[in-house]
Amino acid sequence: MNNSQINKLKNLIFKLFAIFCTSVGLIVLVVLLYVVMSKGLARIDFDFLTNLPSRSAERAGIYTALAGMVWILVLTVLIAFPIGVGAGIYLQEYGKRNMFTNFIEINISNLAGVPSIIYGILGLELFGRFLGFGNSILTGSLTLSLLVLPLIIVSTREAIKAVPGSLREASYGLGATKWQTISRVVLPSAFGGIMTGLILAVSRAVGETAPLIVIGALVYVPFIPEGPMDEFTVLPIQIFNWVTRPQAGFVTNAAAAIVILLAFTFMMNGIAVIIRNRFNKRTKF
Amino acid sequence: MYKLEARNVNLYYGEKHALKNIGIGIEPNTVTAFIGPSGCGKSTFLRCFNRMNDLIDNVKITGDILIDGRNVYKSKIDVDEHRKKIGMVFQKPNPFPKSIYENVIYGLRINGVKDKAILDERVERSLKQAALWDEVKDDLKKSALSLSGGQQQRLCIARAMAVEPSVILMDEPASALDPISTSKIEELIYELKSKYTIVIVTHNMQQAARISDKTAFFYLGELIEYTETPKMFTNPDKEQTQNYITGRFG
Amino acid sequence: MVKVKEKAIEGFLIFCSLLTVLTTLGIILVLASETITFFKEVSIIEFFTGTEWTPLFANKKFGILPLVCGTLLTTLIAISVALPLGLTIAIYLNEYAHQKFTAIVKPLLEILAAVPTVVYGFFALTFVTPLLQSFIPNLSGFNALSAGLVMGVMIIPYISSLSEDALRAVPKSLREAAYGMGSTKLQTAFRVMVPAASSGIVVSVILAISRAIGETMIVAVAAGQEPKFTFNPLTSVETITTYIVQVSMGDVPQNSLEYRTIFSAGMALFIFTFLLNNISFWIKKKFQQRYE
Repeated sequence: MNNSQINKLKNLIFKLFAIFCTSVGLIVLVVLLYVVMSKGLARIDFDFLTNLPSRSAERAGIYTALAGMVWILVLTVLIAFPIGVGAGIYLQEYGKRNMFTNFIEINISNLAGVPSIIYGILGLELFGRFLGFGNSILTGSLTLSLLVLPLIIVSTREAIKAVPGSLREASYGLGATKWQTISRVVLPSAFGGIMTGLILAVSRAVGETAPLIVIGALVYVPFIPEGPMDEFTVLPIQIFNWVTRPQAGFVTNAAAAIVILLAFTFMMNGIAVIIRNRFNKRTKF
Repeated sequence: MYKLEARNVNLYYGEKHALKNIGIGIEPNTVTAFIGPSGCGKSTFLRCFNRMNDLIDNVKITGDILIDGRNVYKSKIDVDEHRKKIGMVFQKPNPFPKSIYENVIYGLRINGVKDKAILDERVERSLKQAALWDEVKDDLKKSALSLSGGQQQRLCIARAMAVEPSVILMDEPASALDPISTSKIEELIYELKSKYTIVIVTHNMQQAARISDKTAFFYLGELIEYTETPKMFTNPDKEQTQNYITGRFG
Repeated sequence: MVKVKEKAIEGFLIFCSLLTVLTTLGIILVLASETITFFKEVSIIEFFTGTEWTPLFANKKFGILPLVCGTLLTTLIAISVALPLGLTIAIYLNEYAHQKFTAIVKPLLEILAAVPTVVYGFFALTFVTPLLQSFIPNLSGFNALSAGLVMGVMIIPYISSLSEDALRAVPKSLREAAYGMGSTKLQTAFRVMVPAASSGIVVSVILAISRAIGETMIVAVAAGQEPKFTFNPLTSVETITTYIVQVSMGDVPQNSLEYRTIFSAGMALFIFTFLLNNISFWIKKKFQQRYE
């Protein structure tokens, strides 16, 4: 073989290896889904969704975990969305390039890289003990809000950045104030991008386990939370608890709960993709 | 009295001296064209009149800009209020991603006008003035983005006129349009002259010659010559102007 | 009136931005204050050099090395999976694959990063470990290997997507120059594209490492809770994050010394990831503008 043929062969080998690597990621995903579904799908029925937790695997359900999840998500969105979008607007529309905004930007990138369990420690001390909210839904929501804030800020900024400057000029040219321009022109145009970010943030919050464990969310909650100061559990914590039990029945329960959790996560991500695509089509300027 | 006046205007982008000592007086109800090669400062100067340069960081302006005899940079003027009195039309059509109707009344909405009868009346009048009414009157609720480029630009003109300014600044309003749309815009400018004072930046000298009463020639941040349009294009005083309009540079 | 409203809104927006700074300050203050109290009772030297970590036992030892060891071991396994796979995928998607293929596969791979980590923990414990045990009989039920492998798969998209972005940012002209000289795709990729995109690739790897170090649920479920000073991947280990979870799940009295260990462990974790993140920002800033 001459040199050129050797090169061609190397090229071919790499290509095959690369196809193998790409498949590995996708195959793992498929296998994971198969394992979870084959173990858990049969366990899901109406009772599983509406039963309270129980010491017996057959009678245990995820009702309280689902209720806790809804509480946590609603509060987290209510807290994190206005703050995240507000900070995104400030950094993109108001902040001049200076030390202050640079510092905030680096700070936000840093926060995005802080392990989620550290947010749990912050939430435990600041909201749980210092502010005295204990291991309530409020503490959990505030903690998750801080966790997803960088995500919402970054996606808000990206969405705002994509709004053409000519629209702002048109608005200012008509005598609009800064806030009128932002609220009537910039934000409506950036709506799709901002919503995409919010949904991805919710999807992230749904799957978070560690910070909620650290703030002291309970594993066993035999009642439905009725207010933001109530104790709670969420789906991932319930899963974590069941996985660590030795009895096979609980592992099946865990798999069933995972099916529900994944369905929720994938649905969120799917909606985000759809919104992004529709938004991209609609606003070609 | 001049409608618009500039005295000793200097403008700096950071270190760059972009406008050098410019003075000009523009009469009411005329069309004035700003011409000159790219980067000569004509658009920048146009934007001084409604303080659009305020939106850019690092810009410093000295000298006086007067509208109806009032200094718009020195006196304690409210920029947003000031911009309402001056309409602006931009190089590329920039309708908001809203309905045609909402686009036209944007300026009224931000002033808090809510009366449906007034809004309807103003939409019809502005679109008629902009010679767009007959084409869109049946689908005012349609998205402005569904219009053609030429229609979009006339919509932007209607939007600027809806707040009843006395001055309209146009920054190369036809440069992104096809010839037929361009001639429609030019006709429109000619008709609007009776009600408004119009300043138009253009890189198209034929256009300047067709529509304007007076023409100003800018070069490298300086106002080289400012005179009646027919004279400018037949017998300019300065050699630089002569070179530019005969196409020797630019 | 309008002006007052404008100012009020701007004030609120500034406040929102400042909250992010306060969050960082809060994290540092909380960790530092409890850690300082902790070091009043425990010697710093023991903390950093001791090879036994038994704060929950009667005979308390506070050497964090076993936790660091467990963290590094699982991270190392994860990176040795994710780096070759992720980088190869990035090169393949950028250099070989059809654009449409990339447009489909990239988001599909990114699903890997969207799956909640407790799900991976379940997968590692109930599927991967039994599978590995059929090859490696002396693999224990909780082990660093299967947790690390699964974590490696999870962070593939961090490397593949970010590296692909970096490769895509390399100007076309460079690639065309390489092809113009008669290079194969492989030569173009490894001799021209990868070096040109190296800063972006390094950044993606650092971020993936930082992610692996901070990962909690996979290791908490599948790697066990035994702090061991070992690099043997076949036994159970405990990472810093798992330890924090372990204490949080238990009923350790607040304000006790045992309780404060989670803050000192958290501080160690925070410093690790903080340094890694800032190294990556620094690299990004310093080298990435070259081709712009």
